[in-house]
Amino acid sequence: MRDFALSRPTTLAEAAAAFASGGEAAYLAGGHTLLPAMKSRLRMPDTLIDLSALPGITGVHHEADRLWIGALTTHAAVADDATVQSTIPGLARAALLIGDPMVRNRGTIGGVLANNDPAADYPAMAVAMDAVIETDRASHSADDYFQGMFATALEDGEIITRIGFRIPERAAYAKFRHPASRYAIVGVFVARFADGEVRVGIIGAGPGVFRWPQAEAALKNDFSPAAIKGLVLDSADLNTDIHAGPEYRAHLCGVMLANAVGEA
Amino acid sequence: MEIGLTINGTERSADVPAATLLVDMLRDELGLTGTHIGCDTSQCGACNVLLDGKVVKSCTLLAAQAVGTQVTTIEGLADGDMLHPMQAAFKAEHGLQCGFCTPGMVMAGLEIVRRHGTQVTAEQVTHDLEGNLCRCTGYINIVKAIVTGARAMGETVDA
Repeated sequence: MRDFALSRPTTLAEAAAAFASGGEAAYLAGGHTLLPAMKSRLRMPDTLIDLSALPGITGVHHEADRLWIGALTTHAAVADDATVQSTIPGLARAALLIGDPMVRNRGTIGGVLANNDPAADYPAMAVAMDAVIETDRASHSADDYFQGMFATALEDGEIITRIGFRIPERAAYAKFRHPASRYAIVGVFVARFADGEVRVGIIGAGPGVFRWPQAEAALKNDFSPAAIKGLVLDSADLNTDIHAGPEYRAHLCGVMLANAVGEA
Repeated sequence: MEIGLTINGTERSADVPAATLLVDMLRDELGLTGTHIGCDTSQCGACNVLLDGKVVKSCTLLAAQAVGTQVTTIEGLADGDMLHPMQAAFKAEHGLQCGFCTPGMVMAGLEIVRRHGTQVTAEQVTHDLEGNLCRCTGYINIVKAIVTGARAMGETVDA
């Protein structure tokens, strides 16, 4: 890894100033994407800004119809949090499906959403639960925030501070992992809200997270696996690689959605 | 930069570049070579250590991120010649062949007991070992060892 200047700001303003101080800068959250990328020299920042000392950026807070999670909250902390377990149990269970125990002890929800890997899990939850992604300078709705592979609405230097999920009545996540890498080939999060709305977020299958409007409409009428039986996702824009072609991924989306609906 | 942390109960420090990984500081600066580097790509778990009691991959953590923390490595488990119950269980159940992955497996075993308690099931152990790779054993005896180690830790506490 190439050496860098390390900064550990204690306020958001200091962090933004460090980012703008010249040269290539990068924010460090859990580091489980960034540090491997730096080891292989895909990333060579001049300044690395460790966000872990920022105050008030971890933890869980229930407020009206939303559950707010601080950006630097780890996956293990989300899974273990009593408020998450009581308000959105499907989210606590889903967090336990991210990575492995070591990754869950370091990886953070804000880091995942800022990176927006097409196989990352949290974008599915964010889209399906109509999330608000708050930053040091703006508030983004999940439908506008994700802009394809590794692309988001974040400007250079913008820092996610917390994520607010609209609390569903029922929700669950199902994913089909690659057996060796354990990354999602397809992951589907489904959420049904008190007003009857159903939202479906899918990751792994396409270049970025997306919703499945036909399935949402079918599930709004009848929230059961039978309601989507025979419904096939259009495979035109889906990913293809040596593990799975677009038709297989489309098929898996239906199967994973049915599993998630059954569990929710 | 100067990195100060507590390792196995002793305050240690080293002057290293900011880009130094925790595992490299442990091995190269402090001579604690029980923590192994298997893949260096965050997949195998051979470099597992406990950071403030929770298991982490020390190849995916800067030494600078561990400043002020309590780190436990495999060297910190035994009490003199008396093996930690989890270590003794790996010996008793033959939970290793070449031994390269073993320090990380033992640390993962301690995390499993922390999360699931001393009455953990073999199924829970199997699930929670997904971040640790062993290329020799086929895992059967490793799972047995962690279950046995967990029960022994329960008896130690009860005694």
